[in-house]
Amino acid sequence: MNTKQTSKFSHSNASIMNRSTESLANPEELLVVKNLSVSFIQYAKGLKQLNLEVICDLNVSVNSGEIVAIVGSSGSGKSLLAHAILGILPTNAKVTGTIRYQGQALTTERQKVFRGREISLIPQSVNYLDPLMKVGEQVQNTIRTKDAKQLQQQVFERYHLSKEAGLLYPFQLSGGMARRVLVATAVSGGAKLIIADEPTPGLHPEVVAETLAHLKELANQGCGVMMITHDIEAAMKIADRIAVFYAGTTVEVAPIEDFKEGGEALRHPYTRALWMALPENDFKPIPGFQPTPTDLPPGCLFEPRCHLRTAECQCKKPEMQDLRGGQVRCIHAT
Amino acid sequence: MNSAKYVAGKALRMLTLLIALCIVSFILVKNSPIDPVQAYIGADMMRVSEEQREQIAENWGLDKPPVEQFISWAGAIVQGDFGTSMIYRVPVLTVIGNRFTASLALMGVAWLLSGIFGFLMGVIAGMNKGKLIDRAIKWYCLTLAATPTFWLGLILLMIFSVWLGWFPIGLGVPVGVLSENVTLSEKIYHLILPALTLSIVGVANIALHTRQKLLDVLESDYILFARANGESGLGLVWKHGVRNIMLPAVTLQFASFSELFGGSVLAEQVFSYPGLGQATVQAGLRGDVPLLLGIVLISAIFVFTGNLIGDIICSIVDPRIKEGRASV
Repeated sequence: MNTKQTSKFSHSNASIMNRSTESLANPEELLVVKNLSVSFIQYAKGLKQLNLEVICDLNVSVNSGEIVAIVGSSGSGKSLLAHAILGILPTNAKVTGTIRYQGQALTTERQKVFRGREISLIPQSVNYLDPLMKVGEQVQNTIRTKDAKQLQQQVFERYHLSKEAGLLYPFQLSGGMARRVLVATAVSGGAKLIIADEPTPGLHPEVVAETLAHLKELANQGCGVMMITHDIEAAMKIADRIAVFYAGTTVEVAPIEDFKEGGEALRHPYTRALWMALPENDFKPIPGFQPTPTDLPPGCLFEPRCHLRTAECQCKKPEMQDLRGGQVRCIHAT
Repeated sequence: MNSAKYVAGKALRMLTLLIALCIVSFILVKNSPIDPVQAYIGADMMRVSEEQREQIAENWGLDKPPVEQFISWAGAIVQGDFGTSMIYRVPVLTVIGNRFTASLALMGVAWLLSGIFGFLMGVIAGMNKGKLIDRAIKWYCLTLAATPTFWLGLILLMIFSVWLGWFPIGLGVPVGVLSENVTLSEKIYHLILPALTLSIVGVANIALHTRQKLLDVLESDYILFARANGESGLGLVWKHGVRNIMLPAVTLQFASFSELFGGSVLAEQVFSYPGLGQATVQAGLRGDVPLLLGIVLISAIFVFTGNLIGDIICSIVDPRIKEGRASV
């Protein structure tokens, strides 16, 4: 990891730590992400440097035994959030804000130790497996104890994967098998926090149901699960809370009940619009596009598309505020 | 079953290649300005009368139509009779056999060295992308890729043989020593400079390809996932990188048999090294048609074999290739 990121991290962590060591909130709180920003330095024409902010002021938390879904359209920076938590962003990324894991700042050093053990990733697709290595061997690679082989076989058994499946190469796996192998890889290290990055992309409904069941099972065993997805319906099936992502920030965090109820129960106009766009509701999208990181609006990020917008919205980014058991980033929310 | 089919397919391809090659080279030679009778007589030109020349031509069947000539030549080839070299006055296959062993040592050494060093350089450059060592390797490779083999050979000869006197100026063995008295170390001593020339030029290609492939692999999703699982550093590159970047290196290295052959023609000429390359040049310049055609056929088999070995190794390294082959 690059040094710039390290120093930035520890510096900002220290300041937050001083403020909040006494007031450690919920002991069940496994992961707390506060005011996280991720930006990339890009070289534009000539020697001009561009600071491209892809995630800004992001807040989200995951408790043990809970599934939090992070829902947003593609290009909203969801995967980068996962990479930032794991500390595997590219070296030209700059990270500010705090990430706390089990009440302690998640520094670069701790990330290194925790990656693949305490915190693990369920990747999007079988492309995340080495194409030239047998899958059993790959799962063994992530286990760093001596009985790797035995453990791998146990985990495979748990996910109904035969001994022979371990001898297959990734390209030989069926869609359902591939999902199970990916989940097996993530849980084999005994992780307490599992980040599932788009676990159900374009899969057969049966496979989707199976994958979601696996995530639910992990949460029931006490793991915290962060499920990153653009599939609201999948999220609504298993999540306890849903965080809605828009243009690199969270605009609303709401308990699942509010999503099931829909409409007025939701807080942010974007969330409402998302909910309305679902096929079983109005199936109507709202006009406009999510802004790209190169031209973000100066005020509220959703302001250009919002029907509630006022002159005030254009001036200042709204802060995240608690509202009716959830959180919202909108000055007009009720 | 599948591998039997595979072998049969490859054999058929080789056969058709050789037939096509025979036809094309026969037409080329037939239309070249080389007069086989004159090439055969050589310096005795003045002492051979017009009638005698016609008799030779008739005896060889040169008066018959080209198709008939081709059939009789091809028939002989099929029976393993490549004819007699006009320069060396021994059967073509004997000449090729002798020359080939000399060349094989030269090409083999150059091939191994360039393969190993090229691969290592590529890996080092790729792992240190953008750093000084990467830029140095890239600069070196690009410069070499633009360097003609014979020119580099001349430079090396000038520096190491003429100025420094470390190596012999040419030839495969010392002058004035009976061939049965030549020691192995003397042969190796004569081999070093031409082999060095060939391998210095050979590393460029493989190093640049390996570097690029390593960069691609390092940016791949599976490396990201491996890092997410706590793997890092050299272990990561060793476990997931090497196998994945081996493929282009292997393919390139075995496909380079042809370039190696071409390069050795030039290097052997510069160093007066008595290999197959030099024999090719001699056969061409002095109109030794049987030898020339023999070399063409043998070198085609040589290059084909190289590609075949590359294919087989790739399918062992990458199981996807084998699967793809089976499904075709």
